[in-house]
Amino acid sequence: MTYEPVIGVEVHAQLLTRSKMFCGCSTDFGQPPNTQTCPTCLGLPGSLPVANEAAVHMAIRAGLALNCTIRSSNWFARKNYFYPDLPKGYQISQYEEPICEHGWIPLEVHGTTKRVRIRRAHLEEDAGKNIHASAGSGSLVDLNRAGTPLLEIVTEPDLHSADEVDAYLKALRDILRYLNVCDGNMEEGSLRCEPNLSLRPKGETTFGTKVELKNINSFKFVKDAIDYEITRQTQVLNEGGTVHQETRLWDTAKGKTAVMRSKEEAHDYRYFPDPDLMPLHISEGWIEQVREGLEELPQAKLQRFINDYDLPDHDARVLTSSRTLADYYETCVQLGAQPKATSNWVMGELLRELNHAGIGAEDAPVTPERLVELLTLVEDGTISLKAARELFPEFYASGKTAHALIQETGLRQVSDEGPLTEFIQTVIANNPSQVAQYREGKEAVLGYFVGQVMKASGGKANPKKVNDLLKTALLGNE
Amino acid sequence: MGINQDHVRHVGQLARLHLSEEEIEAFSPQLNEILRYVDELNTIETDGVEPIASVVDQANVLREDALKPCLPHEQAVANGPEVIDGSFRVPNILENR
Repeated sequence: MTYEPVIGVEVHAQLLTRSKMFCGCSTDFGQPPNTQTCPTCLGLPGSLPVANEAAVHMAIRAGLALNCTIRSSNWFARKNYFYPDLPKGYQISQYEEPICEHGWIPLEVHGTTKRVRIRRAHLEEDAGKNIHASAGSGSLVDLNRAGTPLLEIVTEPDLHSADEVDAYLKALRDILRYLNVCDGNMEEGSLRCEPNLSLRPKGETTFGTKVELKNINSFKFVKDAIDYEITRQTQVLNEGGTVHQETRLWDTAKGKTAVMRSKEEAHDYRYFPDPDLMPLHISEGWIEQVREGLEELPQAKLQRFINDYDLPDHDARVLTSSRTLADYYETCVQLGAQPKATSNWVMGELLRELNHAGIGAEDAPVTPERLVELLTLVEDGTISLKAARELFPEFYASGKTAHALIQETGLRQVSDEGPLTEFIQTVIANNPSQVAQYREGKEAVLGYFVGQVMKASGGKANPKKVNDLLKTALLGNE
Repeated sequence: MGINQDHVRHVGQLARLHLSEEEIEAFSPQLNEILRYVDELNTIETDGVEPIASVVDQANVLREDALKPCLPHEQAVANGPEVIDGSFRVPNILENR
């Protein structure tokens, strides 16, 4: 039997606020355990939460970018359960009244575009962190993360393969990064993904029993976990078994999912509006104000790069993969550099060095101004493309101007007829048989001569000039 | 909906209360009494009334995204049953670890 996977995804995105959702503790990652806590996020008696305005603002921004409706009236609810990383015994979340709902984002997979519907996106606070010590010694709890603002973004079950989920997550991450509401770092846990997955016979419209997947901390593992789960469920169904509704944890080391066994009672969260917090009323004026401040989103930028700069799809995709890289590129073009040549340099030489150093375009030691200077010198023939490419690592690392470096390395391209003619005469004199071949009409030999002249000049000859001069010389010597 | 003894056990478990059989027997009718009392609210006509989350006539009580001092570490963990490497130590959470 052929089955169709039906997948929905829950993403928890940590919002880039300085302080926590309901108190003034820092959200800094990697501090010593339990040093970023206060009575509110520790859940001590008598403390009161107050919502962070920046987090609300970011939720609206993200909601608009995800084509959601922003609820004019929404409120916080308590989700009640016991777990050691949840000091209050409840998580402050939103239940029936999420701040954002009914959105969608366009998704391109294998050349076709579809819409992934966003069911809702709501504000909530993160729990603390459990470190599961070795057997017998218990669990360790660090509450630094408790109370960090999260936007939980939930799709409809619109995805049907690991590739689609991967594409969705990357598109979502790009949007959140562009908006500067989340850094999108899956390894550090600032973007967490929990897919739920069921299978149904192809053509069927009812859903099968779904399994929720957790503990996935990279894009690769998302794909691996989903592929594993599709295979596992297919096998269960083919053998006449039933899939159980359960939460399964991805085990990276084993490359498998396994049932999460928790000592906790089956979920019965008893949501109710949190009486400690006042409702949020989001006016049209507030929404419009946020909308006006929205940046151009990745998809729109991609299309604009293709249209305005006449770039191939691939170039536009690479360049718009991060906002800072796109900004870098556009600055170069605005400084007068040729769009396609600039794209080649940014995607090739620059990105290679940036990736090597593990930094983003915003930290590139070569400014757009300096790169454009180098490109201009290539354009006007002062330095050959090949030499410029070879020079780039030093140019990138040294901080010297292109002019100075070309001077210093003696890589200035030779375009003057005098010295070039000398090289050409020598090469012609040394290769009488190839000269004869050329004169008999074998024009392909020209390439051989160009190569020889380039070699004789130590790579500094201007190939275009050499080409022109050679043609004249080869015929003129007849 | 009447509250039977299974409901009492379930709610007790959710609230982490250890209830004796006598207590379960006693609480079941008591909870039913309380619910019957609250049930009177169901006789009120609420068609067309917007649900509210708060009886306080305020909204958008927000704070600026600014840092405030945290508790010193020793105070933060002072109420913990046991502290190891700066963390609270609690019994194992996951069974199969």
